[in-house]
Amino acid sequence: MSLSPDVESFAFTPENEERARAHIAKYPEGRQASAVLPLLHLAQAQHGGWLPQAAIEYVAAFLEMPKIRVEEVASFYDMFNTGPTARCQVRICTTTPCWLCGSDDIVAAVEAALGCKVGENTADGRFYLREFECLGACANAPMMWIDDDYYEDLTPERATAVIEALKRGERPAPGPQSGRQGAIPFGGKTTLLEV
Amino acid sequence: MLQDKDRIFTDIYGEKGPGLAEARARGDYDGLKDLILTGREAIVDAVKKSGLRGRGGAGFPTGLKWSFMPKETDGGPVYLVVNADESEPGTCKDREIMRHEPHKLVEGCILAAVGMGCTAGYIYIRGEFVREGERLQRAIDEAYEAGLLGRDIAGSGFDFELYLHRGAGAYICGEETGLLESLEGKKGQPRLKPPFPAMVGLYGRPSTVNNVETIAQVPAILRRGADWFAGLGRENNTGTKLFCISGHVNHPCTVEEEMSIPLRELVDKHCGGVRGGWDNLKAVIPGGSSVPLIPKSVCDEIRLDFDDLKNAQTGLGTAGVIVMDRSTDVVKAICRLSKFYMHESCGQCTPCREGTGWLWRVMTRLVEGRARPEEIDMLFDVSREIEGHTICALGDAAAWPVQGLIRHFRQEIEDRIKRQQAAPAMAAAS
Repeated sequence: MSLSPDVESFAFTPENEERARAHIAKYPEGRQASAVLPLLHLAQAQHGGWLPQAAIEYVAAFLEMPKIRVEEVASFYDMFNTGPTARCQVRICTTTPCWLCGSDDIVAAVEAALGCKVGENTADGRFYLREFECLGACANAPMMWIDDDYYEDLTPERATAVIEALKRGERPAPGPQSGRQGAIPFGGKTTLLEV
Repeated sequence: MLQDKDRIFTDIYGEKGPGLAEARARGDYDGLKDLILTGREAIVDAVKKSGLRGRGGAGFPTGLKWSFMPKETDGGPVYLVVNADESEPGTCKDREIMRHEPHKLVEGCILAAVGMGCTAGYIYIRGEFVREGERLQRAIDEAYEAGLLGRDIAGSGFDFELYLHRGAGAYICGEETGLLESLEGKKGQPRLKPPFPAMVGLYGRPSTVNNVETIAQVPAILRRGADWFAGLGRENNTGTKLFCISGHVNHPCTVEEEMSIPLRELVDKHCGGVRGGWDNLKAVIPGGSSVPLIPKSVCDEIRLDFDDLKNAQTGLGTAGVIVMDRSTDVVKAICRLSKFYMHESCGQCTPCREGTGWLWRVMTRLVEGRARPEEIDMLFDVSREIEGHTICALGDAAAWPVQGLIRHFRQEIEDRIKRQQAAPAMAAAS
């Protein structure tokens, strides 16, 4: 599977067009620009992980917004990729809480497992690896975010296992890879014992 | 230690289920109609009396904030906006509410809307919380199907629409006016205040932005009474609070505790202690990355609440408690935060846009000691030039961690510089 190519033109699939209209309906009349983030999310997912210029222009026309407004939104927010990136997006949190818990080692393990560095796509075009700022799962650090799922309580071995499973085409179970439930203290619950 | 009977979030670990049936079994939506019918003034009064202060970081009294909303309007829309853009490093509490107890938030939105006369609400969730957003959307859908949202909620005659809006990865959208800009479909660059959102907010209409946890605590306050909530914690620091403890503790976790719990008690009782024991503690960032760290000597006695932490020149912030043991390179830990703020600066104000990058570059050299001793004072001075000179508080948030480091660990930085200066000489001598 290679990277999604740049394209001359872009249009939502009928399903995505329906979803787009449902998003727009959440906002008052004339305020359809509010739907720009949800629509860019849809477009990026449809195009396999990144936003070609044609998709940005399509969303602008769809929302009756000036192209430059959508362009600046697409470049402002971290989740939008404006250059070719692979479909499967692997992001490792490296902000201080994860760093304290060994995110450097997670980065090294994932780079080795994928055979590419942070900021790169793998040679086969299947995976895109990057660092990400705090993903808000600090009590389950270190962690990585792959496509729509969080993989938490990582060790280098657990991170490698997740990546290897993905490479085999499997979808490993998301959540804490330690087996604990949510953000329960590692040693077991200390509260909510009576209810 | 807080007793289980006084906990608001009774399924914060997601053991029973996030659905409407499970929520009702926990008591959510109990007597909702009667609560709605107590009316706007009674709700605001109760929230004021409870002493509830915003759980998103600033700690502003919630009831007072609500009372700023205009009592009479032209009949146009009035908005409740919920800040679910949880992105402050060290903070992972709203996530637990949204994925495990989403109905507490939905019910809180309804009651907050009554309290402020809101016609519609938007919950702005950070884009990375895909699964949490799905849970929350399901809860909203369930509430609509059960007649708990939309027209004539629970037969009370009150109408209120609630929508979920997904962000796309920008810390600055956690700033309330940056959030409003983003919700309007723009870059999340904060607005100058005044006018405040209560007068000119979303789409130019009266709006109030509240944090997820703040809103989710409201139903319990109204149901159990303001006195119950005010009886927990200390004066001016009342109620319960979700604490997220990360870093070098044996059992990192998120836990609901009484406000004003001593830091040491929190860490020892719920987190299995500091890795290597309490004496192995080096420093704690008590309220998310934006507040200055405190060294062990302060941690020994400090209580986790707004006032005690403020007196120690730090803050409760989001109650994201980041623990660092003695193995920590504390300069590097703060340097990483400087990188975070540089990355997240929206670029609007020069002191922040240029200053956060400058802070990070100097911090990077300090990590290795490649600096002159007088640069420590210069770093402090420059951070003071950023602080208070920007439209929003991101500039302050970038400055404070660096200031805290210099305040408490200056010796460590100086030692590093001395070692580095000695290194070439030693190499030349050998």
